[in-house]
Amino acid sequence: MARIPSAPPADRFRASGSRRRFPYLFTAVFAASVLFSLRAAQVDPRRLLEGDALGNVAKFVRGMFPPRLDGEFLGLMARPAIETVQISVMGTAIAVALGVPLGLLATSSLTWRGVLHERTSRTGRWLLGFAPYAAARAVLSVFRAIPEYVWAFMFVRAVGLGPFAGVLAIGVAYGGMLGKVYSEILENVSPRPLETLRAAGASRLGVALYGLVPQALPNVIAYTLYRWECAIRASAILGFVGAGGLGQQIELSMRMFQFDEVLTLLAILFVLVASVDVLSGRIRGWVA
Amino acid sequence: MGGLRARAAAARPGRTAPLLAGAGLAALLAWSWHGTAVDLPGLFGGEGMRQVATYVAGLFPPDLSARTWRDAAAGAVETFAISLIGSLLAVGLGLPLSLLATRTLLYRGILFEGRRPGPGARTARVALYAAGKALLNLLRTIPEIVWALIFVFMVGLGPFPGVLALGFHTGGVLGKLFGEVLEDVDPAPLEALQATGASRFGILVYGVLPQALPQFVSYALYRWEVNIRAAAMLGFVGAGGLGQRIHIAISLFQEHQLLTLILAIYAIVTLVDALSAYLRARLV
Repeated sequence: MARIPSAPPADRFRASGSRRRFPYLFTAVFAASVLFSLRAAQVDPRRLLEGDALGNVAKFVRGMFPPRLDGEFLGLMARPAIETVQISVMGTAIAVALGVPLGLLATSSLTWRGVLHERTSRTGRWLLGFAPYAAARAVLSVFRAIPEYVWAFMFVRAVGLGPFAGVLAIGVAYGGMLGKVYSEILENVSPRPLETLRAAGASRLGVALYGLVPQALPNVIAYTLYRWECAIRASAILGFVGAGGLGQQIELSMRMFQFDEVLTLLAILFVLVASVDVLSGRIRGWVA
Repeated sequence: MGGLRARAAAARPGRTAPLLAGAGLAALLAWSWHGTAVDLPGLFGGEGMRQVATYVAGLFPPDLSARTWRDAAAGAVETFAISLIGSLLAVGLGLPLSLLATRTLLYRGILFEGRRPGPGARTARVALYAAGKALLNLLRTIPEIVWALIFVFMVGLGPFPGVLALGFHTGGVLGKLFGEVLEDVDPAPLEALQATGASRFGILVYGVLPQALPQFVSYALYRWEVNIRAAAMLGFVGAGGLGQRIHIAISLFQEHQLLTLILAIYAIVTLVDALSAYLRARLV
């Protein structure tokens, strides 16, 4: 799992009024939202114990054992398992193809601000830099705020049932996330090497290639690999809306109350996810 | 010396490694392209693109009648509630379980220097650790949507099974992440506490937890961002929220209502992302 970059340390010693009031305000708002949400989500733990709830669980757990492990079933499931991996790889590839150009445009230090643009006129910066920057940010925000399964739904409509819809869904949703994170990585590189290159008379392309890219690349690769780990989980789930892979099989077996098959499928999913985690961790170790 | 160099060469790939990695990546991509029936020319060439354009054009304009509007707002509030309570339940499950999944709290490291548990007690503690890890793996491996199916089966339709599904899956994820944070804390303050004669519990409360807390908050907020998206999906199997309404709108070909609901998802997800970023800046 990738570490989430944490925010820069806040100035804890500034004793402004809003700072002192914040803990009380936060506690009050938090308590109110929790109470409200408990009602809105109809939380009622008693339902876990009443009626057939426990009996149903017992039926489910008993049904899972022994898991179905005959050759015929495993042979049939090999294809969807492989498909799940392929969807995750292809989806991540499309996400990178979308995320790189959009991420570059959404990087303020590349498009309109900072050391690369000190000698550009104001209107030039606005028209050529800020407008595409704002457009790219907006597109990225739409791509990542709509969850992958909604995209999958729409792509199933557009290109039909099957793994291709899943690939496109992961590509678009993760493209939005990758683009945003790429732009954050690029904006947070140390400006000193860029200034040095600029002072030495390097062109803009030179500054970007020899100053920006070497600093950003390890983080970019690490985050992309982390997203691939997420993509394999997502590609298993997208099957639930008809986008191929293991999810479709899990849903079918669940609906037919074949819990012994569900257990086998979950075990296959676990092995797939764990292998991708190990492989991706290994590659990250080489790169970082 | 020779052994050292060989080990260094094995650890740091030389000149051929990038080529090999590139070839491997190309082969992986070709294999996946073939297996997933990717048809980019078909998508961008005439027919496919026209189909997509027709579909998207059919979504407009969004249905903004009072009824749809209220339905979308109610769905958004329900989705928000599911994600918030689900994430809190996950913290409630993950936090105690993470203590079991932390070797440095159970049987090794500074807490046990000089006060080594006997062989029997040590075996019991290692077993406890293994059990904690196994339970977290189980919770984490089962995807939210499968948990949701199980809980719908158990307690019936509605947002409550969605809350339980998010809580169980995310509880496994957070338990693992929290355990890693607890194992990674800086040992110097713990040593200082131990030198003053603090008990194990004292070291945990005054040495380990204060260091881990900011990371815990950060991870919990990050999972909340993941969960608001997941909460919108769980409706799909009957677990309430916007997902259920989207499922209905798609099944009934109510394209204009669908666009309104998608706008509602966009609004609620963006709101939670912003809230989480704000809280991370304030709290961490």
